[in-house]
Formats: sequence, C-alpha cells, structure tokens
Amino acid sequence: MDPLTWTGALGTVLNPLLLLCTCAFAIAALAATLLGLRAAPARAGSAAALAGPGGAPGAARLAVRLTFWAIVAVLVAYLVGGLVTPYGTGGILGCLSRRFLPVWIALAASFGLSIAFKRRLGLYGKLFDSTIGMIGFALVMFWVYTALFTGLFGWIVTQDPLTTLSGLKNKVPGTPIPGATGPWSHYLLGGDNLARDVFSRMVAGSWIVVQIAPLATLFAFMVGITLGLPAGFYGGRLDTLLSFLANLILAFPVILLFYLLVTPEMVASGVPAWMAVVLFLFPILFVVVLLNARLYTRPLRRTLWVGAALLGLGWLYLSMISQAGTPIAFLPEDLDLFDVPGGILVVFVSVVFVNAPTVFRIVRGLAMDIKTRDYVAAARTRGEGAWYIMLWEILPNARGPLIVDFCLRIGYTTILLGTLGFFGLGLPPDSPDWGSTINLGRRLLSIYPHAALVPAFALLSLVLGLNLLADGLREESLRD
Amino acid sequence: MTATDQPILEIDDLSISFFTRDGEIPAVMNFSARVMPGQALGLVGESGCGKSTVALGVMQDLGTNGRVTGGAIRFRGRDLTQMTPKELRAIRGSEIAMIYQEPMASLNPAMRIEQQLIEVPMIHEGLGRAEARARALELVGDVRLPDPERILRAYPHQLSGGQQQRIVIAMALMSKPALLILDEPTTALDVTVEAAVIDLLRELGTKYGTSMLFISHNLGLVLETCDQICVMYSGEAVERGQIADVFDKMRHPYTQALFRSIPLPGANKESRPLVPIPGNFPLPHERPPGCNFGPRCDYFAEGRCDASKIAMDRVPDEALHESRCLRWDEIDWDAPPQTAVHKPKTEIGEVVLEVRDLQKYYEVSSGALGGGAARVVKANESLSFVAHESETLAIVGESGCGKSTLAKVLMGLEVATRGGVAMAGQEIADTPIQSRGTKTIADLQMIFQNPFDTLNPSMTIGRQIIRALEIFGVGRTGAERRERMLELLDLVKLPRAFAARKPRQLSGGQKQRVGIARAFAGDARIVIADEPVSALDVSVQAAVSDLLMDIQREKKTTLLFISHDLSIVRYLADRVLVMYLGHVVEIGTTEQIFAPPYHPYTEALLSAVPIADTSIKKKHIVLEGEVPSAMDPPPGCPFQTRCRWKSKVPGNRCETELPPLRTLATGHQSLCWLDEAERAVMEPVIQTAAP
Amino acid sequence: MLRFIAGRLATMLLTALCLTLVVFFLTNLAPSLERVAKTQIGARVSDAEVESWLNRNGYGGPMLARYGEWLGVMPGWTSAAEDGGLAAGRCLGDTAAEAGAPRYCGVLQGDWGTSTVFRDEVATIIARSLALTGKLMLWVLVVMVPGALVIGVLSGMREGSRTDRGLSTLSILSTATPEYVSGVVFIAVFASSAVGLRWFNGSATSAMEQATFTNFTLPVMTIALYGMGYIARMTRASMAEVMTSQYIRTARLKGVSFRALVLRHALRNALIAPFTVIMLQIPWILNGVVIVETLFNYKGFGWTLVQAASNNDIELLLGVSVVSVIVVLLTQLISDLGYVYLNPRIRIS
Repeated sequence: MDPLTWTGALGTVLNPLLLLCTCAFAIAALAATLLGLRAAPARAGSAAALAGPGGAPGAARLAVRLTFWAIVAVLVAYLVGGLVTPYGTGGILGCLSRRFLPVWIALAASFGLSIAFKRRLGLYGKLFDSTIGMIGFALVMFWVYTALFTGLFGWIVTQDPLTTLSGLKNKVPGTPIPGATGPWSHYLLGGDNLARDVFSRMVAGSWIVVQIAPLATLFAFMVGITLGLPAGFYGGRLDTLLSFLANLILAFPVILLFYLLVTPEMVASGVPAWMAVVLFLFPILFVVVLLNARLYTRPLRRTLWVGAALLGLGWLYLSMISQAGTPIAFLPEDLDLFDVPGGILVVFVSVVFVNAPTVFRIVRGLAMDIKTRDYVAAARTRGEGAWYIMLWEILPNARGPLIVDFCLRIGYTTILLGTLGFFGLGLPPDSPDWGSTINLGRRLLSIYPHAALVPAFALLSLVLGLNLLADGLREESLRD
Repeated sequence: MTATDQPILEIDDLSISFFTRDGEIPAVMNFSARVMPGQALGLVGESGCGKSTVALGVMQDLGTNGRVTGGAIRFRGRDLTQMTPKELRAIRGSEIAMIYQEPMASLNPAMRIEQQLIEVPMIHEGLGRAEARARALELVGDVRLPDPERILRAYPHQLSGGQQQRIVIAMALMSKPALLILDEPTTALDVTVEAAVIDLLRELGTKYGTSMLFISHNLGLVLETCDQICVMYSGEAVERGQIADVFDKMRHPYTQALFRSIPLPGANKESRPLVPIPGNFPLPHERPPGCNFGPRCDYFAEGRCDASKIAMDRVPDEALHESRCLRWDEIDWDAPPQTAVHKPKTEIGEVVLEVRDLQKYYEVSSGALGGGAARVVKANESLSFVAHESETLAIVGESGCGKSTLAKVLMGLEVATRGGVAMAGQEIADTPIQSRGTKTIADLQMIFQNPFDTLNPSMTIGRQIIRALEIFGVGRTGAERRERMLELLDLVKLPRAFAARKPRQLSGGQKQRVGIARAFAGDARIVIADEPVSALDVSVQAAVSDLLMDIQREKKTTLLFISHDLSIVRYLADRVLVMYLGHVVEIGTTEQIFAPPYHPYTEALLSAVPIADTSIKKKHIVLEGEVPSAMDPPPGCPFQTRCRWKSKVPGNRCETELPPLRTLATGHQSLCWLDEAERAVMEPVIQTAAP
Repeated sequence: MLRFIAGRLATMLLTALCLTLVVFFLTNLAPSLERVAKTQIGARVSDAEVESWLNRNGYGGPMLARYGEWLGVMPGWTSAAEDGGLAAGRCLGDTAAEAGAPRYCGVLQGDWGTSTVFRDEVATIIARSLALTGKLMLWVLVVMVPGALVIGVLSGMREGSRTDRGLSTLSILSTATPEYVSGVVFIAVFASSAVGLRWFNGSATSAMEQATFTNFTLPVMTIALYGMGYIARMTRASMAEVMTSQYIRTARLKGVSFRALVLRHALRNALIAPFTVIMLQIPWILNGVVIVETLFNYKGFGWTLVQAASNNDIELLLGVSVVSVIVVLLTQLISDLGYVYLNPRIRIS
C-alpha cells in the first residue's frame, strides 16, 4: 500500500484551483477595504446609503463575495470528491469524508426536516433563521452523530483506538499499515507515540464527551435550579446562606478542586461517592416536587405520578450510586442496573459540583426578577404554594436564558473534561478522550504535532459549535 | 406672504415603513400636517397608530429598520429627508428638540445634570463652559426647580420623576429651538405633577415662542395645550383641524367613537354609559381594504368604504378642517349614540368588608451597600372604611399614597402592623394568604394593572383559568372544570376558542378580560381591581370597565377600584376614598367628593385631571413641591407641605397636629382642620359652561 | 463605605477559614496520609509502620485539633523520642529539640509550615512562585484588558455591522479555545522544530530569570486569548445595550456627534458591566495560569499548585489555597468597589 497524501489524485486539479481562488479573494478583500475607506465619507447621507453602494467599491464587494463562495465550493469539492471516487483517490481528506458518510446523511436529514417544519418548532425552528445558529447546530450535530454512530454501532472508527501496531509509532498522517491491504488500511491521521491510530482515538473520544458533558450539565442545572429558585424567591437568610456556599465553591480555583477530588486516594476514601449520593438526589427531588406542586389538587393522579416517578428515578438513582464492595451498596447486586466506574463517577461529580454554583447564581437572579411580575402575584393571591409558583410560574418563563446558558455550559463542561484529561486526572491513562490525548501528544509536540493537534481541533470545533448555537439561540429568542 | 405665515414644520404625504424579516410593515401612510410658528399641534391616537413614528421621522431617527418611503418633511422649507447626517446634527437639539415619555430613561445616569445641559449650546452655538453654565442656571430656574446650583451638581437619580422631566424640558430649551416635539411627556407622571409640567410647558412655549408637536393619547391634555389637532388611526391621519372644530364638530366616525368612549363629566354608568368601540385595532399586516376604520365603524357602507383607499377631504367653511371619511357629509353628527337600554342601578347591600384602624409599616435597610440603620416606611396609617355588597368603592391617590399596600394587606400578601380587617365577619388582617381557607381566598380576589404581566406567558389561557378552578375546589372532574372555564370565558365575552391560546396571541384588553375571568373563578364576593384599565387604550378602557360593571350587577360583587384617574372614578364609583401619604383624607359618595366642600387635596386632584370637553371650565390649581417621603412624613397634617388653604387655619395647627377625620355630611368625612365657614366658600372646581 | 469594606473583609476571612478547613479535610483523609507516609519512608512498608510514622510525625491527632495547630490556635504537636525526651515537634526545628521553642506555630504566628516535596519553607516557595506568576499575570492583563475592551466597544457601538459580525465571530472563537488547545496550537505553529515557524520558544523556563519577547509571548497570548473573547463579548453586549438606550437617543437628538456619543455618553455606562467581569475573570485566569505554566514549564504559582496537589504536600497545598482564595476574594472586593465607583446611582445614596 502506498502512503496517502492529503488530497490525493484530486489534489492535482483542486489544489491549484484553491490557490487561485484564495489569491483572488485576498486581492478582492484588500481592494474592498481600501475603496471602502475612501468611499466612507461620501455615503453618509441617509438617502444615499439607501441607494446602495455602486461603482468600484460595490464591484469589489461583489468580488469578495464571489471568490469567498468559490473557495467554499472547492472545499466542498474535496469532500464530495472523496465520496464519489474510489478509496484513496481523494487522499486523506477524501477518505475522511467517505468515512463520515453516515454522519453526512444524518446531518442532511436533520437539516432537511428541521427547515421544512421550522415554523412549527418554536425556538428550535427559529434557529434555522440564523446563519450563526445553523453553523453552530451543524458543528454540534456533527459530533453528536459521530459519537452516536461510534459508540452505538462502531461505525466511524477505522482501527481499534486502544491497539498499538508496531512500526506506526509517531508516523505521519496517511501512513499505511504494514501488511494490511484493502480499504481503511491506513492510519489516516497518523500514529501517536504508542503507535495507536490518532483518527480512531479522536472519534472514540467524542463518544466519551457526548456521554458525560450534557448529562453532567443537566445535573448541574437540576442542582442549581432546585437551590437557586428558593434562594431568589424567598430571599432573606436562606438566600444569604446558599449564596455564601455558592461563593465558597466559586472562590476555589477549579483545578485545585479537581486535584483534591479527582485522585485515586480520594476515590478510595469514598468522599466523591458520598457527594454523588447527595448530588444525584436533586433530580429526584426536583421531579417529585414539580409533579406534586402541579397535581396536589387532584390527589389520585398525584399519587400515581409521584409514585411512578419515585419508583423509576429511585431505582436509577440507587443503581447509579450503589456499588458492590464499597460502603455504598444499598441495592442487592441483582437489582443493580449498571455500574459506573469510580473514575467516571468522580469526574462526573466534580464537574457537576463546579458548575452548579454558577447555575445557582443565574437561576437566583432570574427568580428575583420574575417574582415581581403580576402573574406571580396573581398566583399568590389565589393561594398557590411556594413550590408551584417557583416551578410552574417562574421557571417556565426563565427558560430562554437558561436554554442559552445550557448550551454554553455544555461547551464549558467539555473544556473542563479536557482540563481533567490534560492533567491526567480521573479517566484511565489510555482513555481516548480528547484531554488525555492532548496531554499525551504535547510531550512530543515540537516534533510530531499531529497527535496533539487532532484532538485539539476536535475539541475546539465542538465547543465553538456549542457557543455559536447558544449565540444563535440568544439572538433568535430576543427577536420579536 | 410674511415670514410668520410660513409653517415651521410641514409634513407632506409622508410614508414610513419598517423592514423586518417578515417584509415591509407600513407604520405611517400618506400623513400630512403643519405646525405654524408659535403654535402647538396635537397628535392623538391609540398605541400603535404611528404617532411616535411620525415624531421620530421628523427627527430622522428611525433606527436601522425604519425608512421614509415617500413624501417630504420640510422644516423651515428644507426637506429633512434629504439632509446629510452633518446637517441633521446641526438642526437636532438647536432647532428641533424632543422630549420623551420616560424622564429617567432619557437622562444619562452617569453624567451630572450640568454636563448634560451645557453640552447643548456648547455644540451648537460654540459657547464657552461658563456662558453655557450661566444659561443652564437660568433655564433650571425657568423650569421652576428650587436651588438650581444644587440641581446642576446632581445626578439624575437624585431627582424625583417630576424634577427629571423638568430637567429634560430645560435641556430641550437650552438652545432655544424653534420646534419642540413632545412624545407623551407626562404619561409617566402623577396627575398633580402632570398638571404642573403642562402648566410650565404652556408658559415656556409662550415665553420662547416655541412651536410644539404634542403627541398624546389623552384628548384632555391636547385640549389644554394645543391649537390644532390631528387624530391618527392605524398609520393614517383621519381628521385634522382647529381644536375647537374637531372637539365640537368632529367629522370622522373614529373621532366621534373616541369621544363617546371616554368618561366625560356628563357620563353615567346607569343612564349615559360609555360606548366602547367594537372590535380590535388592526395590526399593520391585517389592515382592511379601503377605510382602515371600516370594520369597526357604525356608518360603514359596504361596497363604498371598502372599495379603495380614501383620501383626506376638506370640510368647507372651516379653517383647515379635513376628514378621511367618504360619508362625512351624509352622517348626522348630532344624533345621540344608540345605546342599549338603561341599565338598572344596583342595590347596595350589607357591609361585607370592614377595615378598622389599619396600619402597615415596613422596615427597609437603607443604603445599597448594606448596613445602615433600618428605616421605617409608614405605608398606611390608621385606615378605616367599610364596603358594601354590590358597591363600587374607588380608592384614589397618587403613587406612593399607600393604595397598593392596602391592597396587599387585604389580599394577605402582607400582614397588618396594627388594626383589623373583617370580611363577612371573619377577621383576616393577621392571616397571611398561606393560612387563609380556600373559601376566604376565593371570595377575595384581585385584578392587576398591567395586562402584559398579569398572565403567565408560557401557559394557555384555559389552563390558567382551570388552575384557579382547581385551587378553589370548583368542580369535581376535569370535564366539569373545563365546562366552567368555558362559561367564564363567555362571562368576560371572549370566544371559547381562546382557551387554547397563549397570552402573547391576545391584545391588552383581551388579556385583561382573562384576568377578570380568573378573578371570578371562585365566585369572588370582593374584587380588588388595581388600576385595571389604566394601561389600556381609551377605546378598550370603556369596554373593560363596562364588563366589570355588568359582572358586578350579575354577581353582586363588591368592587374596590384602585385608580388615579378621577374621570373613570366619577363614572364608575358609588363611593370614593381619597388617600394621601398613607392617610384617608376624604371619603364619601361620588357626588359628595366631586362637589364642594372639598378636602384641599381632592380639590387639587380634581383640578389637575385634564378633561376633553370644550364646554368645561376648570379652576386652575397647581400644587407646588413634591409628595413627602413615606419614610419621613411631615408633622401634623400629611398634606400641609403643599396645601393652599393652610393659612386659613389659625394658630399653625396644620403643622403640629394631625387633623381629625370629621364628618361633614352623612357618609362624608374629611381629614382637615378647615372650619365650616371656610369650607362654605369653596367653589366647584369643574363647571359646565352654559350650552 | 468603611462598614461595607469591613463586612466584606469579615466574609472573606470566614470564606478562607471554611475553604482551608475543606482543603485540610480532603488532604488529611486516611488514603492520602498513607500516601504521604509511603513517599517518605518507602512504598513497601506495612500498615503498622505507616501508622507509627504518622503518629511520630504529628498526623495522628484528631483532624480538627491538627487544623487548629496549623492555624496556630492549638499548641503544636510533639512526639516523644524513645529516651523520653522530645524527638520532634511541629514547632521544633529539623534537628533536635531546642529549648525555648514556641508552643504555637501556625499561620497566625506567621509560620506556614514546611513543604514535604520541596523541603523548604512554604512561605518562601509561595513568595517566589507568586512573584513569577505576578509577572505573567501583569503581562496577560496588559494584553488582554485593553484588547478586549477595544474589540468589545468597536463591535458594540454599531450592532449588526460588518465590523461587529467579524469581531464577534473572533470573540466566540477565542472563548471556544481553552488554554490547552491554543497553547498546543501555538507551540505547533510558532515553536515546532518540525514544521513550525520557530518564531518563539515553546518553553518559558528561561523567562523565569529574564522574560523576553521570544520566550514570554506564547504563554501570555495563550492565557490572554481565552479571557479576551469573554470580556469582549460582555463589553459588546453592554455597549450594544447602552447604545439602544433612551438617553443615548436623547443625546443623539441633541446633536451630539457619533464620536462624542460613544466616548462621552456611552462608554462609562457601558464599562460598568465589563469591569465586574474583568475582576471576576481573575479566578479563571488563575485556572489558565495553572495550565499554561504546566504546558510551558514555567515554575510559578500554578506549577507549584500542581506539584503540591499531585504529591499531596499538605501544608504547601493549604498555603496555596489560602493565597488563591484571598486573590479571588480580593478581586471580588475590588470589583464591587469599582462597580460602586463607576455607577453614581449607587455611589451617592
């Protein structure tokens, strides 16, 4: 097998084209800027501004737009070329594009459906009116689909992310696997210093992030909301106490906290497990109070719903926290649905612990604002309980900012997970998660940068996607 | 033609549109108007009619989405729409100045008053700092603010709302502009403060010879301030002319409907009820073909009024009187309104609510930085009154008089410091809402002021009413409650289909109806209505207040109607209670309150209310100074700091002793030291001139 | 005002106490102590030996009492030697029992203890590393704050314009790039010997003695970049909100030019919010400092933290947490004071 180049045979046509377009774009952009500067004073009048710029500046701007789209078209051509030509013709880029085929299909389907029904989908539908939001959504969904296809069906990966193949240590992208033939017998993005496939590790790492980050953020929100609502609603002593506690956690440098919580000794001491016992109680508390507040006027239905919630969530809760062989083994082994490895649990707990106070502060502020509204007063004057008001009158109306913050916070949690990996905390050392991979790769960074750069860009694009998504949501929710 | 015949401002066939994602939304269409030197033009209309857009169009400040799509705005002959930003900057502030609704928002919170004032002549006339400051001092004196030196050094938040608005006026006049645009300049102010500001504006307008474009929804204010009037409806001018012509000989159905829907002194809920305008204000994208007012007009003629756009038509023999109505010369304008049969007067029943010596003090910690001694806000001081079955008791007073606190204590959201409240014999003053029984809560309900805030935006209308039914224990099954909810929608005259809607799909008046339905979910016996119509447009106000009256007749409800608007109070109330600084200063039947002898504060309030009737003569009383703080009330009579009758009471008594609540006639009490002889010389504030 | 500051200082003290107690608790859990003992006397020792070592070295007492010793409100521990005399003690020197050693020797007495990893006084180590980190932080702030404010104000003053969209995208990009990503990319691009440009040094070790453009740019830029986007976005939001406010419209309709509008009317109001953000950002910068110092091998405060934490160096960790908590709380205090100063609505009332 021959080593793959970046663009393969397609590159002979497309590379010069790309170069051409890029040069044209640069020239046009420069011209537009220069002409725009000179023309600025002239087009100040409101009437003149309406007429639209004409002449040389207008032409330059048109050129900028055209060349920009030409570049995009060439880039798309690399990907499409990889899909339609035989394996290897499209080079590394083409192979990657082909490998991600299920993801492309899923993305196209979700975009098609969403845009077709966007007027009926509320805030989510409005997202497709904003370019920024759509780009963000595309980036996020790319990783979500990649993770799902990898984690559930084992599709995207080309090699086993944990296997080392001799002779491929620190090899550059496109190196063929010695002795292997047929498609996918290359280390597409090279090998790391233990001779594992960088591409497969990056893809496998996404599954870890997509499993932990949204769930941990969700838990942080549950905790933050359950505590933030009463703090903002009641105010007074309760607020002072809870705010003090939140500030206490916030005053801790995050990394110090991680170093204290996420060590093998700490796992051995059982502290994180006990913290999990407390923190994971909040979602149950939240759901039960939520249902009870709404349904207490209809006792039969209330008993039914609350009972079901208690049973279902309680079982999940007990399965999650109880672990045979530790002090926290509440559930007989036969009933234990699943075991969360100690390392993952402690990572999860500390991420929730770090995020919850910030959510608490946001929710508290929103509650303080919304509780002055007349509809809250109306609820009070008809004798509603405090929890009904908090959960059914205040919370639904705070959802806009909370959804936006949720997106941002998943991104932040992803960064935190990376930080943990970067310091080698929590997850096992050979785990393919992005933080750990960056940490391993950085040792030889100045000689073989690809091992660290690949997961770095993966993480960057996911977090960027989440931030853009949040920005799009914020903008659209502020409109009309 | 002399220079004075040239209009200062001439708006000619102006059209303005906003361009949004959903396309072009025309806000103003074919609008023409003229302001002559030294004169004032009033621009009236309901919210959303485009009157503020006209003002911003004149200032050429329509934002990124707004655009003038046709016509011209000529200021002293020069077209403002064709000017460069530089030319516009030179005119703004120096020749055209603008005053807004919210004085607090229009002053920069981080700059001292002085900086904000002197900047105007420094930019436009190149004045030095000292000269500019001297002029600022002079103007601050002109707007009758005490201690100008101190005011100049102050930050905006250190001034009261009335003072801030005076500063905004001073700022507008700094460079002696030829045209002043006022966009609802007094809407955010209390009535007595409003009266003082309007008085000041009139005086300064004359002094500086400034022309004015006065935008308001209040016909009474326009009558008091303007020479010409232009009535707008849904983006168009529908009628314009001299004030007297339009008020007395209106020639457009909308103008007529507007006047019939506002509570003028002759109106009466039994014999001469208000006539609400049917239907809803059309949104810009659902305007009908032909006449915009057509669908709501009594004189609508199919095939004619909806055929094509209607142009302004000149009414002959009158100066500048125009109407955008095809049928203006066919309609009998003097015919009385076709109202429904006279409604029976309700029988006032037993006492259902008794308030005795109610007192409410709050403790607040002063200073934003925490610490500092706690101070006491004396919100309510020994209030005593009773309310009867199927009676409307109006509680009148300006902001800070303690009327909202009273409502909170009655509702159980606050607990009284002292005193008692008995509802149907049951003591509730010390019972917070959590400890009240379902029956007590359902019997005493509340309607809130702000329609945009009274409903939970994320729950459907039906769900919200059903929730109230569940809480009050009405109905046993879901189906029963649903049926009851639909009946409640019928009660407030809303279509049953609204049950599935979210609040944002409803107009302000419709939301307020839902609020009423919710309050009556548990068949409330007493309903506290906290300014239920003050945030609504005039035409909707009439409909909502009539609805309240109808429900009251049917259910024999006691209505505690909290309001600052004496016109509507006179129309609705059976008895009136006037509050000032936490005290009841006067209480009596509506006739007793609106006729002499008055309490001095009631007298001032009555004089301050603008009335849109040219035949009414009002006595001119302007209250000086500010309402004292409830944290630091004056000794003696609460009103003594602003009372014009104080000198008539011998021996400085007003300043030292709290007057007793004297009974003047059966059911009429007044908190005043004035003796009978002095009271006898009081003249009526409002007099109807002989027709 | 004084009352306010006093109140805040009291809260700060309370917070520091609570936090050190937590740190003390977490670092003195049985498995951690066992590890300390094993690193000191060798990994293959029996449990009994560990036990006796811990007892001899003052780790045997109840946790609260030992916290009191560290704080200096309880007498320091001593342990008897085999001959009955004093063998070792918290307040004694390394060598032998000295007469006249003080009974109390904790933080309150100015004694921060000894680091088990560096075998040096904690106070000395922290002072040295703080000075190094101070240098780094100074340059980070010098680069980050003006840059972020200018970007924020430029994009916020004309919301929706091309400048705004361009700068906003850059800001979002920078907030999405954590230090360990940007650091890695920077080193690969600017310092890699294989493919990079070799403009800068990939290590900042030499910057500890003498910081130069070559060895200090990358660490400073790495930290600054992440915070910059966030502050710029805050400034932009605040500026955009101020620019649509009624008083700006009033000023514009007074004939104030756009320049004066931005500089005189809008800027001060628009900076109130970002100021608080900048100050609250400092704890996050601390985070970045840890990553960057590790990545660039710069032996400052963050590096010390990592060393102390990964070796369970109890007294050094306690010292580090006290210092970082104080830094965080001080910045909060400054942020509150600055907020009050910038906002006359609160200042004069």
